[in-house]
Amino acid sequence: MNSVVCVKQVPDTESVIKIKPDGSGIITDDLKFVMNPYDEYGVEEALKLKEKFGGSATILCMGPSRVVETIRTGLAMGVDKAVQLDDPAFEGGDAFATAKALAEALKGLEYDVIFCGKQAVDDDLSQVGQILAELLGLPHVSLIQKLQVADDKKSAVVDRQVEGGIEVLKVLLPAVLTTQKGLNEPRYASLPGIMKAKKKPLDVKDLAALGLNADSVGCNGSKTMITKYTAPPERAAGKIIEGEGPQETAPKLVQLLREEAKVI
Amino acid sequence: MSNSIWVFAEAKEGKIKKVALEMISEAKKMAEKLGGDVSAVLMGQNVEPLAEQLGHYGANKVYLADHEVLKDYTTDAYSKVLTELIKENEPSIVLYGATILGKDLSPRVAARLEAGLATDCTGVGLDDGKLTVTRPMFAGKAYTDISFSGSKTNMASVRPNALPVTPPDESKKPEIIKVDVNINPDDIRTTIQEFVKTAGERADLTEAEIIVSGGRGMKGPENFQMLEELADVLGATVGASRAAVDAGWKAVSDQVGQTGKVVSPNLYIACGISGAIQHLAGMSTSKFIVAINKDSDAPIFQKADYGIVDDLFKVIPVLTEEFKKLKADS
Ligand SMILES: Cc1cc2nc3c(=O)[nH]c(=O)nc-3n(C[C@H](O)[C@H](O)[C@H](O)COP(=O)(O)OP(=O)(O)OC[C@H]3O[C@@H](n4cnc5c(N)ncnc54)[C@H](O)[C@@H]3O)c2cc1C
Ligand SMILES: Nc1ncnc2c1ncn2[C@@H]1O[C@H](COP(=O)(O)O)[C@@H](O)[C@H]1O
Repeated sequence: MNSVVCVKQVPDTESVIKIKPDGSGIITDDLKFVMNPYDEYGVEEALKLKEKFGGSATILCMGPSRVVETIRTGLAMGVDKAVQLDDPAFEGGDAFATAKALAEALKGLEYDVIFCGKQAVDDDLSQVGQILAELLGLPHVSLIQKLQVADDKKSAVVDRQVEGGIEVLKVLLPAVLTTQKGLNEPRYASLPGIMKAKKKPLDVKDLAALGLNADSVGCNGSKTMITKYTAPPERAAGKIIEGEGPQETAPKLVQLLREEAKVI
Repeated sequence: MSNSIWVFAEAKEGKIKKVALEMISEAKKMAEKLGGDVSAVLMGQNVEPLAEQLGHYGANKVYLADHEVLKDYTTDAYSKVLTELIKENEPSIVLYGATILGKDLSPRVAARLEAGLATDCTGVGLDDGKLTVTRPMFAGKAYTDISFSGSKTNMASVRPNALPVTPPDESKKPEIIKVDVNINPDDIRTTIQEFVKTAGERADLTEAEIIVSGGRGMKGPENFQMLEELADVLGATVGASRAAVDAGWKAVSDQVGQTGKVVSPNLYIACGISGAIQHLAGMSTSKFIVAINKDSDAPIFQKADYGIVDDLFKVIPVLTEEFKKLKADS
């Protein structure tokens, strides 16, 4: 059973996001970067499959040299090897351009399952996994919370969270699965894991190594472009409702919601 | 290529989703500027009776794909039917609701057509006759304007409750175009084995107009009953902070925040939630925010329109009674 986990490095969710004065991007100088939280579930699930069926777990991560730290985190958790896609030409890509490069890299890897996060918590696109599946001609299931691979590894049964309940689906493998919270509890890297990670193979590929044209990836290969970043609308300071206990404050609140906010 | 704006009209349990009506309302305004028309795409089994309503909100045409193979959503069947339809008619814009289904389907269709797609948009508009959108990133810590290039059809999924619905005009009847559905069983690589219902009749958090959310201050799962009662009175959906979810008091699907659901209701009532940055990121686009917290320094009060600094266990029962009175009077 071979799994590939697509891992993205993103700013820590604690981060305050500051926008450049000209609106051309965000200020990345003092951001702390971490593994996209949803991708941690993919790593954990790949390790579980490896423990159960044997085989390998591989990380595929596109990004500049800073992403190596995130890749090492995955390797320290127990992943066997990693492929990093690093080339200035990959930068600034939208979901389509990103998936294009990832798909090309995947053609050189062995997999029964490809894990992606349900979304990257920086761009919040929720697209790359589905597009990747399409480009590779594979089925996908999004938002999985439980995975049971059949003994013959030709199919899997997954629980998928949808409105109002859980859908139980059988999917033919290989497939792309996008992970949702609840799938598992990602393990921490152990100290021996961290030591071993340093020696695990990390294969860095640039545009030429993938054999792709510069026009098909990054900004040039994108179908959508961010033209401007703005700060979210400021919320005006609110009112603290004064009064002697709930008997006074609750009616006041209801009245404000009714007459001022007009939401009730 | 036609100057047509399409809306994927998601239907669930015999009802068109409100977000579809929101998009049709907006598409109609855009079509007037563009000199084009609005079409809705309706897929499912026995959904024909829903087609007319789409006309009332502004769809000139409804493409109706009614077939037993479309009864339940599968990525493969829906994307095949929709992609073929788009290929044939080449609309300039396709809008989807940013629902679980919409977010599963739209990237797949976009990829097959090599079309641009922006997800979870809070605003859509036209610039020089071409689609432009606004969408939050970092769960709302930043907003971006997006333009499209290089494809005939541009696509966006739109967040529920982000666009206003215009009043329906019941005299307007859409032209209904029946779509041939040619799916063979091998096209569908997933099979639904079971559906386990976990929620009641309430709207999903991402679509709810009112949300009552509880955090660690709720102290235990049993106390969420109090929020359920408040939600019943308001027709609201109950959400939770990650602390409440991690404690096992509420399901993962109830979590609001950067790594839960990003919500934009008209009213968000936060009870015993401190307002950590990841929580705020997921709910600060709510139109009105109410916070009930005994700590006046809790960061949630910086985002709240109205706050009550008090013990939630004392406030919520009285508040529920007050809302009941109000509902009884009106
Ligand atoms: C990677 C990552 C992702 C995360 N994603 C999310 C996310 O998506 N959503 C999310 O919510 N969090 C998220 N968090 C967690 C977040 O940082 C906070 O820990 C969490 O939101 C705290 O939840 P809380 O406000 O319920 O609890 P607390 O911060 O403990 O606050 C409880 C509040 O209840 C009040 N209170 C207590 N008793 C009463 C009472 N009787 N009456 C009134 N008020 C009372 C207290 O004054 C306090 O303000 C994430 C964290 C990380 C690291
Ligand atoms: N640069 C990247 N490198 C590797 N995987 C990525 C990258 N960008 C996105 N992904 C994968 O796609 C998922 C969804 O991302 P997105 O569509 O951007 O929200 C992420 O959780 C990752 O699994």
